[in-house]
Amino acid sequence: MSPWLQGLTRLRQYPSALAGLGIIVLLVAVAIYAVTAIPYSEARDLWRSGEAWQDLPTSAPPVWADRLLGGDAPRTIRVATDDVVMEQERYEGVRLQRATLPVEFPYGGFPQEVNLFVESQFDDRQPFVRLTWRTPDGEAIPLGARRVGESERISISQDRQLESRLGFAPQVGLFTDAAPGTDDPQVRQGTYELVIEAIQFEETATLDANLVVYGQVHGLFGTDHKRRDLAVALLWGTPIALAFGLLAAVGTTVTTLIIAATGVWLGGWVDAAIQRLTEVNMILPLLPILVMVGTLYSTSIWLMLGVVVVLGIFSAGIKMYRAMLLPIREAPYIEAARAYGAGNARIILRYLVPRILPVLIPTFVTLIPTYVFLEASLAVLGLGDPVLPTWGKILNDAQAQSALYHGHYYWVLEPAALLMLTGLGFAMLGFALDRVFNPRLRSV
Amino acid sequence: MAAATHRSTSASLLRDLRRLGLFTAKRVLALVVTVVIGVYLTIVIANMGGQVDDLRMAQIRSEVAEQVRGDPAFQELSAEEREALMEEQVQLEVERLRLDEPFIWRSLDYLRQAVLLDLGRAEQMHSDAGSRKVYNIIAERLPATILLFGTANLLVFFASVLAALWLSRRYGSRLDRAAIALAPSSAAPGWFYGIFLILLLSFVAPLLPSGGMVAAPPPEDPWAYAASVARHMALPVLAMFISQIFISIYSWRTFFLIHASEDYVEMARAKGVPDRLLERRYILRPTLPPIITSFLLMLIGLWSGAIILEQVFNWPGLGTLLFEAIGHRDTPVIIGSVVIFAYLLAATVFLLEFLYAILDPRVRIEGGQR
Repeated sequence: MSPWLQGLTRLRQYPSALAGLGIIVLLVAVAIYAVTAIPYSEARDLWRSGEAWQDLPTSAPPVWADRLLGGDAPRTIRVATDDVVMEQERYEGVRLQRATLPVEFPYGGFPQEVNLFVESQFDDRQPFVRLTWRTPDGEAIPLGARRVGESERISISQDRQLESRLGFAPQVGLFTDAAPGTDDPQVRQGTYELVIEAIQFEETATLDANLVVYGQVHGLFGTDHKRRDLAVALLWGTPIALAFGLLAAVGTTVTTLIIAATGVWLGGWVDAAIQRLTEVNMILPLLPILVMVGTLYSTSIWLMLGVVVVLGIFSAGIKMYRAMLLPIREAPYIEAARAYGAGNARIILRYLVPRILPVLIPTFVTLIPTYVFLEASLAVLGLGDPVLPTWGKILNDAQAQSALYHGHYYWVLEPAALLMLTGLGFAMLGFALDRVFNPRLRSV
Repeated sequence: MAAATHRSTSASLLRDLRRLGLFTAKRVLALVVTVVIGVYLTIVIANMGGQVDDLRMAQIRSEVAEQVRGDPAFQELSAEEREALMEEQVQLEVERLRLDEPFIWRSLDYLRQAVLLDLGRAEQMHSDAGSRKVYNIIAERLPATILLFGTANLLVFFASVLAALWLSRRYGSRLDRAAIALAPSSAAPGWFYGIFLILLLSFVAPLLPSGGMVAAPPPEDPWAYAASVARHMALPVLAMFISQIFISIYSWRTFFLIHASEDYVEMARAKGVPDRLLERRYILRPTLPPIITSFLLMLIGLWSGAIILEQVFNWPGLGTLLFEAIGHRDTPVIIGSVVIFAYLLAATVFLLEFLYAILDPRVRIEGGQR
């Protein structure tokens, strides 16, 4: 059995390694799902667009968090004129269109906002629209009348006049039967109706309306301050975090190892130069330099990756690998390789490097979460990638909006939990690998 | 007899000191060269592609244009004359800032200034005392960083070494295994735990302040002031402690266990040397240099982590300063901070070398030949 296979068999004895491996497989599966479900460019545009999110509530916690605490907060209700039959009456020169949008409201809390999105097509004269709100016991509350343009948002919950008439904020007053000015109004559950009456002045003019009664909770992951569904960012953060961690870890460890091996094999001034470079590199502060590059040039995640790899090449690891490689240099099998005429590159890559690769594997696995957190750290500092949604950027948004202060705990906890999961998964596997591949540790 | 021994010990002490001095001098020289190269690299990175120069040129142009347009003395001039005047002013400014010289000469000049800690003037920011000098701005923040990180690191170091010694004696016990199982928790950096601690101890159960260094307004009484600082320090220190402690215990435990199975330790144990003595003389003494090394390497790693931890806890140190400088796009402050960080790292490395020289008998015996 090869030592690799043997190592893997031994790995089975460590439950933490299996748990870690399970977490990693899960994350990879999520990453693959994210990349296939929402392609890169689409995810980028989706996250940056404002329009795609206009009928989601702002800073709404996930549904399960509310239900778990025994809450009964409303979810978002959307009713469109396309879903109902529009009545039409013709008069001389005008048409009267009439649609009744039913709003089934069975929740214990008031909605966050009420908006009506109206789209109409006309040549010259704008349609005239009158809105009426009908409560479950038939009471009619006029919501005003106006001309509407081609695409318009009517913010019913921002109507100051209506507010003074109702004695409550409109999104409260429209859904309660409490007397105006009551301290603690209760929700009246039941089916409400919004009656839209439109007067069209042209034969071909059309009108589409979409009523959105914004809930207090949303989906599995909630939304942020710009109404964006956190699910998209959490989902797409996974492949980005894994790719960044993996590429950075591969880039730094492999180059470091090869350079250490080159130094050991060639010796002389090459070795001395590598040693001095390592010492210079040791005093170059990585994070401040990343911050500097991010501020002065670009915060693109790929540039950051490049800087991390370049600064990681001559890392302190070189000294460790050097100490391990020095005795191997004199080993008989290397001499045998020289005897058959192997060149420098061949000896370094085929004889020296593979020999200490097993020692490198655990280091490599434990390095991945370090870089995942590094990316998150940069994002928390406000130097996240300008276009891509990442876990760190969610944390940064949450911090900028004082999420903890306002009690939006989900906003911080969700990306944090994912980061923690990634960190734990790789660290658990790495520690177990360390014991398997480092013979010195096997007995302890 | 006694006098002879005395003389020989004082002579050997003198010899040791001389060699130590020689060794230190050599290392200092090497480190100075290293720092100079490091700082120069920083300057080159900061000026990569001359983008910073372009930015400064644009700034000069707009400032000069503003000045000329705003000055009533130049109102009478025609457009061409005003244009020429502006051009002349820009040239003067460029010459003053030596932007017309090739980058290589200017970079050497920057290097000289940076090495001498003459870090220039900030563009936007100023210190709390009102100074615009980058050096003053940074010097004002440095003590806060050193206080926080010194405390946390010393705490982690001593707690982990003691706990590891204790656990290595009880190798295989339930506590020992628990410590190993908890080691992966250190994959997350301090600021990450900081977020949770703020959530739990400042918002869910408001016990400790969520950020800052002292209460506002700061207490008059020095004792009350210290108490307030300690209260504000508790959470960041705890966050760093949690993120570092288990990995440190794990690595020290493994380290001690490996050394405890060395032949000479077994031999001493067989002779009946008491456990305490065994630990002190046979395990700790020979492993002291690597312990110190790893402590200082940990320090090096933590200087960088400082930036975010400070920002999360709003601690008025170097990290927060750097963060604010990013916000203001204040290049001199950013470059200055990087230089200061490089100096701190170099100082740490130097301390490492120096302690090594004292602790490692080989340095003394070989007279600095390593």
